[in-house]
Amino acid sequence: MKIAVCIKRVADSETRVKIAADGKSLDEAGVKFILNPYDEFAVEEALQRKEKAGSGEVVVIACGSQSSQETIRTALAMGADRGVLLEATGVPADGLAVARALAAELKGGAYDLILFGKMAIDDCNHQVGPMVAELLDLPCVTCVAHLTIDGGKGTAEREVEGGMEEVEFPLPALLTADKGLNEPRYPALKGIMAAKKKPLEVKPAAFGAAGLEILAMTPPPERKEGRIVGEGAAAVPALLKLLREEAKVL
Amino acid sequence: MSHVLAVLEQRDGSLRKISHEVVTGARRLADALGGEVHALVLGAGPVSGTDAAGRYGADKVITATHAGFANYAPEGYARAAADRAKSGGYGAVVLAASAQGKDLAPRVAAKLGAPLAADVTDIAVDGGSVVVTRPVYAGKALLKVKITAAPAVVSLRPNVFTPVERPKAGTAETTAVTGEAGRVVVKGIKAAAGGALDVAEAPIVVSGGRGLKEPANFKLLEELAQAFGGKAAVGASRAVVDAGWRPHGDQVGQTGKTVSPSLYIAVGISGAIQHLAGMRTAKVIVAINKDKDAPIFKVADYGIVGDLFEIVPK
Ligand SMILES: Cc1cc2nc3c(=O)[nH]c(=O)nc-3n(C[C@H](O)[C@H](O)[C@H](O)COP(=O)(O)OP(=O)(O)OC[C@H]3O[C@@H](n4cnc5c(N)ncnc54)[C@H](O)[C@@H]3O)c2cc1C
Ligand SMILES: Nc1ncnc2c1ncn2[C@@H]1O[C@H](COP(=O)(O)O)[C@@H](O)[C@H]1O
Repeated sequence: MKIAVCIKRVADSETRVKIAADGKSLDEAGVKFILNPYDEFAVEEALQRKEKAGSGEVVVIACGSQSSQETIRTALAMGADRGVLLEATGVPADGLAVARALAAELKGGAYDLILFGKMAIDDCNHQVGPMVAELLDLPCVTCVAHLTIDGGKGTAEREVEGGMEEVEFPLPALLTADKGLNEPRYPALKGIMAAKKKPLEVKPAAFGAAGLEILAMTPPPERKEGRIVGEGAAAVPALLKLLREEAKVL
Repeated sequence: MSHVLAVLEQRDGSLRKISHEVVTGARRLADALGGEVHALVLGAGPVSGTDAAGRYGADKVITATHAGFANYAPEGYARAAADRAKSGGYGAVVLAASAQGKDLAPRVAAKLGAPLAADVTDIAVDGGSVVVTRPVYAGKALLKVKITAAPAVVSLRPNVFTPVERPKAGTAETTAVTGEAGRVVVKGIKAAAGGALDVAEAPIVVSGGRGLKEPANFKLLEELAQAFGGKAAVGASRAVVDAGWRPHGDQVGQTGKTVSPSLYIAVGISGAIQHLAGMRTAKVIVAINKDKDAPIFKVADYGIVGDLFEIVPK
């Protein structure tokens, strides 16, 4: 099985967001960067599929600055075979531009499966995977939480409001990973050592024109100071009164 | 002047309520752009409840039918919506950032060669361009973004665009979609045990944390939710989801769902930053916690300090 996984370097989820001097981006000073958690599920799935098939190749592709090499090495340490960095000084806010760059690299790669995370936890765009599928005209299922593949056909389950949607698709296909798909492995020391010697190719990214312009990044509005209505069960009638008459939500 | 295409959502042949929010958002854009709202519904046949679209501001309601459109058909829906968007020369296309919309919107945008501003919490028109606000870093920052390409494709975060009645003609039109429904086939939806109302869409969310002590005690919250007459869903903190007390689909927070209900009631939840990321945009937050210094009280509009086991049963 030949599998490609698109991975992104993102600020750790515990980051305290400070806005940079330009007023439009994250102040990266002191921020820890990690492999996007949903992409970890995608890498793990690729490795398990290859192991099950008994042969194949797992290629990881990241688009970003030179520092994304570190993210690629993390995936290589987990067990991926080789990496490709599509280098750019910054990643555009427009997911379609990112999708174009990734699609250009994936095109003609003869992959049985192309895996993405459902969402990058920095821009929360939730879009690059299905956009690449459109650009490459591949069947695509997003937010896959459960997957079975049998021959040239797959069945996936994805969470929707009030239940799990069951979806059937033919291979080759592009899937985006949700939590629950698997338990990503930690890179072992042996893997980390081996990763250093695995091939990592660097090429320029070709985004094309972007159609989104960031005007400003701001902190979320502060919630105004609330109040303690009272203590214990005796405060319930007062709370209900406030919800009805002041907040008007009941 | 340009028109706005609102792509609505149906399930089992009935219009989903979130569609009212989509029409409301589309109406706002159309008023600013000086155009009409055309609502598009994709289904296997007539869809009930589409008359509501006119009430919320659709000038026209187009039902596009295909035998393969009873369930969501990702490829067929995307093609039908993109074809309509192209042929109508729309200035903007509006969808819901629901489970279906999150899958459909990027496909439609890619087919149109247009950018997608996803999961937006505010929309406006400035100097002829659509400008949106969207949360990034799990809600820890807001991004103001100008859409410089046409059409502007946006998906709206559920529960943010409160439906506003703006009666318009809502003239009904029906067209048949030709071609294939697609290679990706949705077989159906296995209903979750918790019922049809999802925490991400419920107008009221009652969430429980480790303070509930054991899984069986969530019965208290389910009863409380029921007392709100079918408008409330039960959510959970990660601590109790990781412990296996509640399904992952109920988790609110950074690694779970982002919710913006009109009322969020946090019961026995400390209010860790990762939990706040998922619910701080609720209109009203109520916290019940026995520790008066719990961080949840910092974001709560109303708090009660005390033992939840005495307070929740009312
Ligand atoms: C990368 C990462 C991602 C995360 N993502 C999420 C996420 O998406 N969602 C999330 O929720 N968390 C998330 N967390 C976990 C988060 O940091 C907290 O650990 C978690 O939210 C705590 O859950 P809790 O409030 O239920 O438990 P606790 O922090 O243990 O709080 C229990 C509360 O119950 C109160 N209590 C106890 N008994 C009673 C009683 N009888 N009556 C009233 N009150 C009582 C206590 O005073 C306490 O405040 C994440 C953490 C990390 C590191
Ligand atoms: N710069 C990038 N490089 C490689 N993959 C990316 C990049 N941006 C997004 N992706 C992939 O697309 C998924 C969805 O990202 P997004 O649409 O930005 O939320 C991620 O989980 C990655 O798999």
